[in-house]
Amino acid sequence: MAAPLSLHIPEPARRPGAAPDFSGLRLSAAGEVGRSDPQTAASDLRDLAFGLIRVLDDDGQAQGPWRPELGASALKAGLAAMVLTRAFDERMFRAQRQGKTSFYMKCTGEEAIACAAALALDPADMHFPTYRQQGLLIARGYSLVDMMNQIYSNAADPLLGRQLPIMYSAREAGFFSISGNLGTQMPQAVGWAMASACSGDTRIACGWIGDGATAEGDFHAALTFASVYRAPVILNIVNNQWAISSFTGVAGGETTPFAAKGLGYGIPALRVDGNDFLAVTAATQWAAERARANLGPTLIEFVTYRAAPHSTSDDPARYRPADEAALWPLGDPILRLKAHLFRSGLLTEQDFADLEAEALEQVRAAGRQAEAVGVLGKSRPSARTLFEDVFKAPDARLVRQRREHGV
Amino acid sequence: MPAMNMIQALNSALDVMLARDPKVLIFGQDVGYFGGVFRVTDGLQSKYGRTRCFDAPISENGLVGTAIGMGAYGLRPVVEIQFADYIYPAYDQLVSEAAKLRYRSAGQFSAPLTVRTPYGGGIFGGQTHSQSPESLFTHIAGLKTVIPSNPHDAKGLLIAAIEDDDPVLFLEPKRLYNGPFEGWRDRPSSPWAGHPMAETPMGHYSVPLGEAAVVQGGAAVTVLAYGTMVHVALAAAHHAGIDAEVIDLRTLVPLDLETITLSVKKTGRCVIVHEAPLTSGYGAELAALVQEHCFYHLEAPIRRVAGWDTPYPHALEWDYFPGPERIAEALRAVVEGEGV
Ligand SMILES: Cc1ncc(C[n+]2csc(CCOP(=O)(O)OP(=O)(O)O)c2C)c(N)n1
Ligand SMILES: [Mg+2]
Repeated sequence: MAAPLSLHIPEPARRPGAAPDFSGLRLSAAGEVGRSDPQTAASDLRDLAFGLIRVLDDDGQAQGPWRPELGASALKAGLAAMVLTRAFDERMFRAQRQGKTSFYMKCTGEEAIACAAALALDPADMHFPTYRQQGLLIARGYSLVDMMNQIYSNAADPLLGRQLPIMYSAREAGFFSISGNLGTQMPQAVGWAMASACSGDTRIACGWIGDGATAEGDFHAALTFASVYRAPVILNIVNNQWAISSFTGVAGGETTPFAAKGLGYGIPALRVDGNDFLAVTAATQWAAERARANLGPTLIEFVTYRAAPHSTSDDPARYRPADEAALWPLGDPILRLKAHLFRSGLLTEQDFADLEAEALEQVRAAGRQAEAVGVLGKSRPSARTLFEDVFKAPDARLVRQRREHGV
Repeated sequence: MPAMNMIQALNSALDVMLARDPKVLIFGQDVGYFGGVFRVTDGLQSKYGRTRCFDAPISENGLVGTAIGMGAYGLRPVVEIQFADYIYPAYDQLVSEAAKLRYRSAGQFSAPLTVRTPYGGGIFGGQTHSQSPESLFTHIAGLKTVIPSNPHDAKGLLIAAIEDDDPVLFLEPKRLYNGPFEGWRDRPSSPWAGHPMAETPMGHYSVPLGEAAVVQGGAAVTVLAYGTMVHVALAAAHHAGIDAEVIDLRTLVPLDLETITLSVKKTGRCVIVHEAPLTSGYGAELAALVQEHCFYHLEAPIRRVAGWDTPYPHALEWDYFPGPERIAEALRAVVEGEGV
């Protein structure tokens, strides 16, 4: 008689009360993973999906073939964008706690990914982000006041108070409207890239998704279409180890790295240290070079750690050890780039302190401006706007309903 | 009988069913170790083990599709969709598969699954944490749709849904999880403790699917409501000083038409309330039924108070939400016999 079957339910090695355990994490040393020419065929690029592309070593030195060519001003701009993103997050998280808005989500520990990607791509390229890529907007110099007005859903909110806080949309900044429904933006990014290709344009698209959301069918549809049409698109997975309380094993990360999912679709895939500003830059440049040369899509997994709660509604102490963030082996992206700039003689402690002070002041000034308009509930867009933009022009029933509402 | 809030009552229903029936199992996003983002499955994994209550990948179509396979095998899966706003990837599995499996296989296979999902607004959740998609499911032959409005019913109805041999969509009004909500944006909300319907037996009982409840008797007008709107309608009737009979439908499919017609024939007037947008909402079905069955008893046109035909907003939530003022206005209009 056959032995009875049993069902495998994935469970992380680490829960509250246990010691954090990152022994399952596949690491490579800085500089260890070889760099292939971007022209290489997808079938010859398998190893890049299993190693971990890293440039900055523990001493802040740039190592190996993936070192990007970045001048002092580009490096400082990257550091400044990350510092500003963190300062913005701190302030807005606190604003929610103070009752000034309904909801907020931080990207603490993940700043290098969006900031480096924003700076590595062309401002005309289009991002299809998730809610954790505020760094794209901040690195592209988007108005902090407008971001805050959106968060406060006030009378100056560019999105007319329609969206949950942080669900930005900024067409002029190459930032597609964020959906709260996970995964939907991935096929859309592919479609935008296909449209650019069939229009003879030069712009490329970049789709973003979290580790957990790769389980959605839309992720797989995106890979299929990207592969079939060789769309000029970069598909980024931000693997921050958690999807609310679920560890990566619940999304299939126990048996294979997320990057390796690209291989089944014939898409070159890179697995990259997401806390290494230089590695993120190099990988993004590599993928962009392929896309711009009509070599098609690239899937990139950025390995990072969600140091903050999932959102203001979440308490991670319930499901992961409290000291896990501190023990995360890939460190803090800001401190790592700072160490590199120190080592290279491009930055002093005083410069860094000034940078932080400036960021704080910028955020404070923006905060004063946005709060002068009003926080959630104190100021709101005109009630008329409720009935606008459902269609380009309202149908008769919407006009009737607007009148019935007396606005 | 202990007083429970709706979360505790739902948790108790799941606890009772896991203990009674080894075929029952629960899965969904964050429902295992963590106990669900609204804590409805709190403690169930540690009590019944990982294969009875576990986390699932973020794939709603995967969730429902695998639950159908489990149901076909002979289990009674209860899946949680974290918010009803995220149920759409599962729509094909629900509509084309779960709803039709019994029919197309001439009874060889069935899908006795329960899909639990928090729905509805009033929490400043914006577009993706506020929608009321019930009519997308009531339209589908082969699916049952249940919506409780208080802890006692929530437990009894959930047990009935799990014990039902057909697929049931169980929509939980999240605004009522912690207390009855009357819809006044600027008044403090009260907890369930002290409310008569918070009295919830510990053990097994069920509230049968297809039986409405008359939550307040009255002579002037019949109000048909479900979920959060039951409480808002009660507040509105009180506010307007109108002797309204308020009916909590509790299940939309199957529908208790008898309780509805009995009441409308008595009052001669009917107001229907839901949060979902007006057009093709469940209120349209109710209005048609009332017209068909009570036409000669009606003394005023039937009125519907519903969400506007717009997506659910964030800042303007209280302009969208059909609160007590709007319902009171409709009640007055119908009672005073004004045409629309
Ligand atoms: C279709 C859909 N299902 C469920 C949710 C609820 N939800 C919001 S965020 C989240 C976790 C996402 O995790 P991941 O993709 O890893 O991104 P992260 O939050 O870690 O950046 C879940 C389940 C949703 N927003 N959309
Ligand atoms: Mg994640």
